[in-house]
Amino acid sequence: MADMMKKIPVREQDPKVRATNFEEVCYGYNAEEAKAEAERCLNCKNPKCVGGCPVSIDIPGFIAHIKEGDFAAAYETLSLSTSLPAVCGRVCPQESQCEGQCIRGIKGEPVSIGKLERFTADWARENGIRPVKPEKTNGHKVAVIGSGPAGLTCAGELARKGYEVTIFEALHKAGGVLSYGIPQFRLPKDTVVDAEIENVLNLGVKLETDVIAGRSVTVDELFEDGFEAVFIGSGAGLPMFMGIPGENANGVFSANEYLTRVNLMKAYRDDYDTPVIRGKKVVVVGGGNVAMDAARTALRLGAETYIVYRRSEKELPARAEEVEHAKEEGINFRLLTNPVEILQDENGWVAGIRVIRMELGEPDASGRRRPVEVPGSEFEIEADTVIMALGTTPNPMISEATPGLEINRKKCIITEEETGKTSREGVFAGGDAATGSATVILAMGAGKTAAASIDSYIQNKN
Amino acid sequence: MYRILSAEKLSENIYRMVVEAENVARHCLPGQFLIVRTSEHSERIPLTICDYDREKHTVTIVFQPVGYSTMKMAELTAGDAFADVTGPLGKPSDLVNEPPEELKKKSIVFVAGGVGTAPVYPQVKWLHEQGVSCDVIIGAKTKDLVIMEEEFRKVCNLYITTDDGSYGRSGMVTKALEDLVSEGKKYDHCVAIGPMVMMKFVSLLTKKLGIPTVVSMNPVMVDGTGMCGACRVTVGGETKFACVDGPEFDGHLVDFDEAMKRQQMYKTEEGRALLKLKEGDTHHGGCGSCGGEE
Repeated sequence: MADMMKKIPVREQDPKVRATNFEEVCYGYNAEEAKAEAERCLNCKNPKCVGGCPVSIDIPGFIAHIKEGDFAAAYETLSLSTSLPAVCGRVCPQESQCEGQCIRGIKGEPVSIGKLERFTADWARENGIRPVKPEKTNGHKVAVIGSGPAGLTCAGELARKGYEVTIFEALHKAGGVLSYGIPQFRLPKDTVVDAEIENVLNLGVKLETDVIAGRSVTVDELFEDGFEAVFIGSGAGLPMFMGIPGENANGVFSANEYLTRVNLMKAYRDDYDTPVIRGKKVVVVGGGNVAMDAARTALRLGAETYIVYRRSEKELPARAEEVEHAKEEGINFRLLTNPVEILQDENGWVAGIRVIRMELGEPDASGRRRPVEVPGSEFEIEADTVIMALGTTPNPMISEATPGLEINRKKCIITEEETGKTSREGVFAGGDAATGSATVILAMGAGKTAAASIDSYIQNKN
Repeated sequence: MYRILSAEKLSENIYRMVVEAENVARHCLPGQFLIVRTSEHSERIPLTICDYDREKHTVTIVFQPVGYSTMKMAELTAGDAFADVTGPLGKPSDLVNEPPEELKKKSIVFVAGGVGTAPVYPQVKWLHEQGVSCDVIIGAKTKDLVIMEEEFRKVCNLYITTDDGSYGRSGMVTKALEDLVSEGKKYDHCVAIGPMVMMKFVSLLTKKLGIPTVVSMNPVMVDGTGMCGACRVTVGGETKFACVDGPEFDGHLVDFDEAMKRQQMYKTEEGRALLKLKEGDTHHGGCGSCGGEE
């Protein structure tokens, strides 16, 4: 009998092996393991986990079906609340959401809800089970801008309700951050991302790539074309830099550029034309999921890799699992350290990075202890590549081209949180475009909320 | 897919294509660019829009094969198609925001070099349509490399100069501009588009001559929408993204040396891909520069 206080361990690729390939790190549960883990669910009358889920999945419900071995029913339950279960099972910060609320977690380890969600979605895909397309549409057209987590969720929800939805994507491929940002070894593209996008399209959703809202088409033109409502889920695409000397040296990249070249443009594969600089010694600046992704990608491209982060380990904003995996793979952490200058060689290429030690002071506005410089503690780290993973801000391209659409100081589209309504009638927004950089699941939650508001907006109008 | 309606060679190494791209053709303005991808496995290539037809939904691009991806592009012919054409990207030229009456008061000179001649065309044509006349200096190494002469003659006062003196004036574009000024021409606005080094020296000259100058930057880019930051350019001490803040900037404020250095960033990587194209699997290094032996 397994220890009920502990999660059923999940099989993973050996750290030494996976550090050299782009195959998925985590193998996930098999049916037997999933059933055993499902047994640990107490099926609480008042399930706290559901409250911790931004898209309110009936967690005890789908887990109960796994217990019974009825995986198809488990998938059906999941599909009522999420369009992207195979994605969420892999990238959600479960420890601070569903699993963070799990009663099992008080005395032991919480139920491995994320791994169970992943198992269910993977099982459904491997067995050819797909969400069912509604028999007929209601004749109302809705435009969705952006095909990332927010847009896909909003489109999926509306299509299920019978709306004729068209998604407009600026890049040549759908998925937003799921395609360009999160690496293959954490979220496989062909098998997982493309399959879940295909599921959304199978609901009758149309996809137009290469359409840059605000440039190739405006929101006003979409209304002229007969769309009754528009959802903006364009993400937060613009990378931030530090503004320190040497930042424009050759070999300094935004994490966005580095990850886009490797994930979307597949620079790691010989059959693609994309170039990428394969550094020998790479420093990644930042402590979020994107920093972990960039560091682990650089490692796989053959580099000795360092993460430089100005706070301590406790404040790392990345998912616990990502930090764990990064350490196992041999990423070196230089915590309480902040860059002050990027050093260049005589040809203008990165030669190193000058950093300063930090210590934690009083808590700041974010509640985390504010890092302060330790005077006179500067030192240098040798490097040939520096990747800045400091967060992103929304792209103003759509707001600039949409009269009457109000944005805040941070260029985020102003929305009513409970509805996703913007200052323009019929225009809704959600995800990073409204909140600034956050998580896949929060964007999905916003897409779902907006879909409900769009539905009532159109129904009330007609 | 985006159909190629015509493809022609303008000179030894410069190609022109007319491509169907409705969204771009309906919305673009002079100064903006687009991004093309030849196939599923190709890079995204940014190119300045060289002409457009709102009714026929076509755009014209002119390019010079310099690396692997542009060489693949040059192999395409009429009837073929691009996997992707997206845009318009970047800000339109400042000129299109000025009322024609104001523009008519100005004396404008365009300085174009090499393949940069083509992106000058839509601006000059647009001015001509507004009833604004201007001077254009086209520079090329030699007579055979002068492109689009006929098109330009219809819409401006054209001066051609060749490095070897085989056609028109003799010398670089900077010499032609300096000569025109000393011959009595007075300019109060200059637009220079061409190789980075040409734009640098035109800007240095016009600074001396006191002529405000706009240049069009063409740095390394990935998405073209502001997402990657690869196209960082230092302008007046500030970092700008050429794709969303430009591509046109004040030539007197651009840090050209940094921009030229950044343009070299992928040269070895590109060289590697180029050798693979030229020599196929037979090339396994030994050339000392491609890294094939690794």
